[in-house]
Amino acid sequence: MIMSPTETWSPAQPIVSLHGVHKSFGTFEVLKGIDIDVMKGEVVCIIGPSGSGKSTLIRTINGLTPVSKGSVKVEGIEVHDAGLDKLALRRKVGIVFQQYNLFPHRTVLQNVMMAPLLVLKENRKEVEARARALLEKVKLRDKEEAYPAELSGGQQQRVAIARSLCMRPDVMLFDEVTAALDPETVKEVLVTIKDLAGDGMTCMLVTHEMGFAREISDRVYFTDAGRIVESGPPSQIFDKPQDPRTREFLSKVL
Amino acid sequence: MLDLIAPFFERLNDTTGLNFSPFYDSYDWGRLLEGMWVSIKLITAIIAVSLVIGVVGAGAQTSRVRPVRWLVAAYIEVFRNTPPIVQLLFFYFGLGAITPQVDMGGWYEPMIGSFGWAVIAIGIFGGSYNVEIFRSGIEAVPDSTKEAAESLGFSQFKIFVYITLPLAVRICLPALTNNIVSLAKTSSLAYVIAVPEITYSLSGIWSDSVNVPEMMVLLFLYYIVLVAIIARIMSVIEHRLALPGYGQ
Repeated sequence: MIMSPTETWSPAQPIVSLHGVHKSFGTFEVLKGIDIDVMKGEVVCIIGPSGSGKSTLIRTINGLTPVSKGSVKVEGIEVHDAGLDKLALRRKVGIVFQQYNLFPHRTVLQNVMMAPLLVLKENRKEVEARARALLEKVKLRDKEEAYPAELSGGQQQRVAIARSLCMRPDVMLFDEVTAALDPETVKEVLVTIKDLAGDGMTCMLVTHEMGFAREISDRVYFTDAGRIVESGPPSQIFDKPQDPRTREFLSKVL
Repeated sequence: MLDLIAPFFERLNDTTGLNFSPFYDSYDWGRLLEGMWVSIKLITAIIAVSLVIGVVGAGAQTSRVRPVRWLVAAYIEVFRNTPPIVQLLFFYFGLGAITPQVDMGGWYEPMIGSFGWAVIAIGIFGGSYNVEIFRSGIEAVPDSTKEAAESLGFSQFKIFVYITLPLAVRICLPALTNNIVSLAKTSSLAYVIAVPEITYSLSGIWSDSVNVPEMMVLLFLYYIVLVAIIARIMSVIEHRLALPGYGQ
């Protein structure tokens, strides 16, 4: 066991910090040295062309994808330490996926309640109250007895967000959460994320919704071919991109 | 019950020669009931053993320890590729001969009787199929669903118990039903090691009363009804476990 490293971490330091992160799948190097620091309460968007390693990058932050080299820290905890207390990390970091990945055999309410009950062994009444409040927040209180397959994509994604939030994470990761949705349901999910960011949640998003990235971000990172090409406040990235690759990408998607 | 039907079957025997002795003779009636009761106990125990082996084996197959996976693979090879009747004889006469005898106060009895060996042998036989059936279900559970659970802090064990298994069971239920029905029928092989189940007790009756064709008809009817009941139970389970809007 590692001594609780959180004692050495103070909110004045970055809540998430990646330094020199490399990741290879076989001989293919997906990440070629990534440095990112995110402060508590910040909203950070990672944009870039497909295959630039954005999803891999975000998945290294909660340990789903192990790094080949470099350091990933969440609240001072080294994510890729061999002796890492995985549960401690996963309590701090929530993640929402492109394909929602709800548990199809459980109702909406059960999906949201399951992890706090089984993993944190919290009191059922408290968890239930919290879950209901979260479902209220994502405007799905009336669907709590429904099964995932009975919901639209946008509704499922909002359940997935509520499910992550019920673990009371300090950081939320969003991995292209609107990429699989119909255009008309994208908005309802984005509104939910925006509310969350407004409440002061630290959020990191991989997204192709440029308008949303510009509106919501404190900082935008443009990645290409496994490297961060350019980063800065959205006004700079979207209005005065410095690097020709950023300009080329934005001219294609905007 | 017997009093009610006895006169009819006695007259049937007298007038046509169709001798359904268990339906008028109280001794044969007792043998029939006993045979049915043992058969049902045997089938229940076999199915239970095979299901436990199936779940544990399929879980062990996902183990990170390679020798564990080899062991399960070897088990499946051995018990799927040999006839159940050979396995039964092997267990009863082969292993039964070397298991310790228990002092019953004057005489000795083997620690495991023929019923016990039948449950073990056919349970292990059926289990080897169940491992593969559960495995197919487990493999059909998307990695992304398990990943979501992992991200929520579930341990590998909790993922298996609360996510993978409940989904896998739903996926492999039709195949499982087939194997359970097949096992119920295979239970009649316990006849060869003298387990007093239905086939054995009816053979006792037809030896005494020389009414082989009648008892054969009875035996057929018994299995037809039994399998219909099992199939019905399984379809009720399938219906109960069906998820609204999922996989349809």
